Amino acid sequence: MAAAGLCPCRALLSGRGGALRALCGAVRGLAAGPETHFGFQTVTEAERREKIYQVFESVAKKYDVMNDSMTLGIHRVWKDILVHKMNPSPGTLLLDVAGGTGDIAFRFINYVRSARERQLQRKLKNHQNLSWQEISESYQEDKFKLLGDSQVVVCDINKEMLKVGKQKAQHLGYSEGLSWVLGNAEELPFDDDKFDVYTIAFGIRNVTRIDLALEEAYRVLKPGGRFLCLEFSRVSNPLLSRLYDLYSFQVIPVLGEVIAGDWKSYQYLVESIRRFPPQEELKAMIEDAGFLKVDYQNLNSGIVAIHSGFKL
Amino acid sequence: RSGGSVRGGRQPPGDAGLSRAEPPARDGRSGEEEEEEEEGCYQLYPGHIPTSPLQKALLAAGSALMALCDPYRHDMVAVLGETTGCLALPNLRDKMKHHPEGYRILQERPRIRLSTLDMSKLRGLPDGSLGREYVRFLEDNKVSPDTRMPPKFVDDEELAYVIQRYREVHDLMHTLLGMPTNMLGEVVVKWFEAVQTGLPMCVLGAAFGPVRLSARKLQVLATELVPWAIRSGRNASCILNVYYEQRWEQPVESLREEIGIFPPPAVRV
Repeated sequence: MAAAGLCPCRALLSGRGGALRALCGAVRGLAAGPETHFGFQTVTEAERREKIYQVFESVAKKYDVMNDSMTLGIHRVWKDILVHKMNPSPGTLLLDVAGGTGDIAFRFINYVRSARERQLQRKLKNHQNLSWQEISESYQEDKFKLLGDSQVVVCDINKEMLKVGKQKAQHLGYSEGLSWVLGNAEELPFDDDKFDVYTIAFGIRNVTRIDLALEEAYRVLKPGGRFLCLEFSRVSNPLLSRLYDLYSFQVIPVLGEVIAGDWKSYQYLVESIRRFPPQEELKAMIEDAGFLKVDYQNLNSGIVAIHSGFKL
Repeated sequence: RSGGSVRGGRQPPGDAGLSRAEPPARDGRSGEEEEEEEEGCYQLYPGHIPTSPLQKALLAAGSALMALCDPYRHDMVAVLGETTGCLALPNLRDKMKHHPEGYRILQERPRIRLSTLDMSKLRGLPDGSLGREYVRFLEDNKVSPDTRMPPKFVDDEELAYVIQRYREVHDLMHTLLGMPTNMLGEVVVKWFEAVQTGLPMCVLGAAFGPVRLSARKLQVLATELVPWAIRSGRNASCILNVYYEQRWEQPVESLREEIGIFPPPAVRV
């Protein structure tokens, strides 16, 4: 019987107990990869990916409420500034990575929609001398695309975040020019030279191998394409830094517990901000991936920074 | 689990938040940290989250507001209890220590959970016995003892048990007081518990719970139920000093008399 054959092995294993378990643990550790951080803990890369997935699975439903509470709504301004800096024209193809609940995607759509409206208005003005028939024919040609061929692909590694994003899109009435793709920033499911703009807003901090994500960003951008990253960064002003730390560590986990019933995820969030490379270091990493004309813009004295680079 | 990591000296919980702002200085030692011990060496029991006094104050205020706004957030009521119980809990613990039965409970740390209760045996007990009536209460109100939140913010391991015991004994209070789990019943139990334990969370619950009741219920509450609950609460000995798990066969009436709870008024709750 197979069971009888297994029995002696099992007895052997239980006899060796602790030593064997420790050995298995070490082997598992080697297989799981080098050490990295999860907030202020030290974990393996595989463990980090798993933990971060769980954090976002847990916070997905309350993600937007929490963002508003923690930043007192200021995150909306930061995201507006990012899209204004992008200044997309109609016909732009945007890849928004770690775009989860769709904040950047929706702003992008709004922006190109109004840009498109202005474009159409100008066109109409130039055509005022045409006959009714000619005007209606020109509508057919344009197919009167409200977005003018602009498209945004929202890519996120977390199913729950994408789910929330899709529901939000439906609720707010966004459908045209919007796609949702499950994917990993370290290994994007897209072909080379595809996108005009790549954005990652408050997402790159949660990527385990930032260098790989930057290389992937370079790969999928068209030549001439732009990389934009919005992320928490280092505050250099010492007084502001102390106040910011006080707020981050004393208030934010409390907000997490009270609003989302989840202290630990928000503890992770504030710790991960402290672990993330500061402005200059991130700039160097972006340059290493091959981007040129890399620069950054501090918002709110460095609480947040927008890094930009071009694939030339 | 291997032994706790050494992080170069303990730090008082008061500095917990601020000290975490300096990770780069710790990098040399962070390799020694275990993955499970998130808070380093001062996680006193599984699930414990050490908090500074400021965090406790913010939690107390936030949980109170949230519990009022969203009565389904039972976790907020639990958090409120933990963050405001710093005077009442040691008091309760001392009461238990100085009572033979209470002392035994503190030593043996019994837990009331579906896994530890023999439900079929309790169901088989005669009507009117504590065990039978308790099971009847659980079934009628469709509740389970397993839904009690474990403590997170109590910074003493023994006090964490005391509040856990208080939570698990709550359903037995319902049974002894003969109160269902509707809003009115809960408020009555809260009044009783407020007098018995002095926990600010019970006092707040007793005071603010009634705002959601109809006028008729408020009248019954004010004229009959609350006076009875207060009288009973004052007259009764400490409800945490009763080893309920060893008294399942005891008739409810006899246990009520022994503890000092007066018979409930004959009103429909």
